[in-house]
Amino acid sequence: MTQNILTVENLSMQFGGVLAVNNLSLNVNQGEIVALIGPNGAGKTTAFNCITGVYEPTNGCVSFLGEMMISNHPKGKMKKLYAGENKDLYKKVISHTPDKITKLGIARTFQNIRLFKSLSVFENVLVAKHLRAQQTVFSATFRLNHLEEKRAREESLDLLEEQGLLAVKDTLATSLPYGLQRRLEISRALATNPTLLLLDEPAAGMNPQETQELAEFIVQIKNKYNVTILMIEHHMDLVMKISDRIYVLDFGKLIAEGTPSEIQNNIHVIDAYLGVVEGA
Amino acid sequence: MMDKNKKILISISLVVGLFALLFILEQVMPSSSMLFVVLKKGAIFALVAVSMNLLNGFTGLFSLGQAGFMLIGAYTYAILTIPMADRAAVYQYFDGGIIGFTLSVPIALILAGIIAAIFAFLIGFPVLRLKSDYLAIATLGFAEIIRAFFQWDVLGPITNSSNLLRKFPTFSTVLYPFAVAGICIFVIVLLINSSYGRVFKAIRDDEIAAEAMGINLAKQKQLAFITSSFFAGVGGGLLAMYQSSIQASAFKASMTYEILLIVVIGGVGSITGSVLSSFLFIASSEWWLRFLDAETYIGSFHVPLMRSGFRKVVFSIIIMIVVLFYRKGIMGTKEFSIEGIGRFFRRLFAKKKEAQ
Repeated sequence: MTQNILTVENLSMQFGGVLAVNNLSLNVNQGEIVALIGPNGAGKTTAFNCITGVYEPTNGCVSFLGEMMISNHPKGKMKKLYAGENKDLYKKVISHTPDKITKLGIARTFQNIRLFKSLSVFENVLVAKHLRAQQTVFSATFRLNHLEEKRAREESLDLLEEQGLLAVKDTLATSLPYGLQRRLEISRALATNPTLLLLDEPAAGMNPQETQELAEFIVQIKNKYNVTILMIEHHMDLVMKISDRIYVLDFGKLIAEGTPSEIQNNIHVIDAYLGVVEGA
Repeated sequence: MMDKNKKILISISLVVGLFALLFILEQVMPSSSMLFVVLKKGAIFALVAVSMNLLNGFTGLFSLGQAGFMLIGAYTYAILTIPMADRAAVYQYFDGGIIGFTLSVPIALILAGIIAAIFAFLIGFPVLRLKSDYLAIATLGFAEIIRAFFQWDVLGPITNSSNLLRKFPTFSTVLYPFAVAGICIFVIVLLINSSYGRVFKAIRDDEIAAEAMGINLAKQKQLAFITSSFFAGVGGGLLAMYQSSIQASAFKASMTYEILLIVVIGGVGSITGSVLSSFLFIASSEWWLRFLDAETYIGSFHVPLMRSGFRKVVFSIIIMIVVLFYRKGIMGTKEFSIEGIGRFFRRLFAKKKEAQ
């Protein structure tokens, strides 16, 4: 049996009166590529933000590598306001800041690329190496950590070489062409040595040719770095081609899950994307 | 590309050369020369400006508390170094104060930094949750509170209330502030070029992405704030030594603005820019424009406008011009380096050859 990496149980996120994510449950197993799809505003990115600790979910829990990582129940004002289900299921409150979650082994990329714009390509990757380092501010300032620093630099260079970014390592991150910026963002996430990689619309703004390359790239990094991938994506050809399983969200609720071929023929999914046919 | 050893050798010889030059200047020129005022004060403000740049330029935290931390540093230094014999005279209204010991100058300077850093640590918790303008307002408020706090009567036996602190050891040679400021700036440069410096820049560029890369924002911001305040404290200690007497009321918000001006003119995010602009700033405000304050006659013609205070008008206009034409400061985010100078001259010669 394959190992379970990420389990999301009854996750709800409510902003004021809006249930952005409503009772979402999903799981991701080791070595899978799982896609989270849905129309605009379905709550996909909100779900990502809950998993990575940017938001504290209103209700529900998230386990990573078998350990409960995030858990919450409606508190304070939300106690009355909460419109979702299962509000008495989770007694414990566990929350982590995003950096802690990255440290546990979940790395992510962003929908609108967020690179460190004044740093070079090399430095962008090198920054991500900081969290696994043992140095203190004194050892780093007075260069007592040169072995560690050297290793971090070598690892970063190796990573850049494997990603085909070595030639541009000294250029500013934001002066790269769009496709390479995406690739750099993924490389930077990989530099944190993650177990699970969350990709938020990696193919956004790419043409079919670039999307094709990206599909190969994602499969390649999955195998090479032994990471599991959960991604949000709108390009259906990309999703259908490389995902092992797909979850479909609509208005915050899970409406379908299954393999690509199951999803393609699912009547709810077709309805969600194309609208319900009158009288059908 | 120069190899590393050669670069280090050149840097060391340049530093030795600089100190030798300063030493010779001191032997040759009269000690009352304005040049030494500029050099001493310039070195001190260079240190404080670089410490502010670490926070505002490299970490992207817009803090205006520098004068407050300098005040803490200056007072710590002064209080701990006034000789026992002079305490009765200095603390004449407080029975000689309650501090019953005197420390040596280097230890007092380090303690000046440490006390400032401790204050930074304490106010960092609430204040660093704020962003941009709000952080600026909160730190500015802190500096004002500190100024009032140090003048509080109840603290008189320690801070001498609102009276002058004086008779503490000072420096006589210009080499002293250069050495201390130089060492401190060198340490800041080392920090900025380390892994932590990259983390600071990452926070400046994109907090959300930095956090997603596993950077603990609260901890790293706190670190930058404490480090910056430490060196501001040491700078305050040096300023006390330079002025030979200090009073809390002198550390006004306008002092912070002066430092901010130095940082902005030098280039936000450039260490060498801050150092360079510090000397230029002090030289223009204290020395080069002095003649504008004097009533001047050319022959029998009375030059209009030139009277006491006109210097400041001209100085403000110069600053406006600099900011208008050098949006990113003199240096931008670039650094002044030996290689850079080499490149500049090579390009210059290449152009000349082409012209011929």
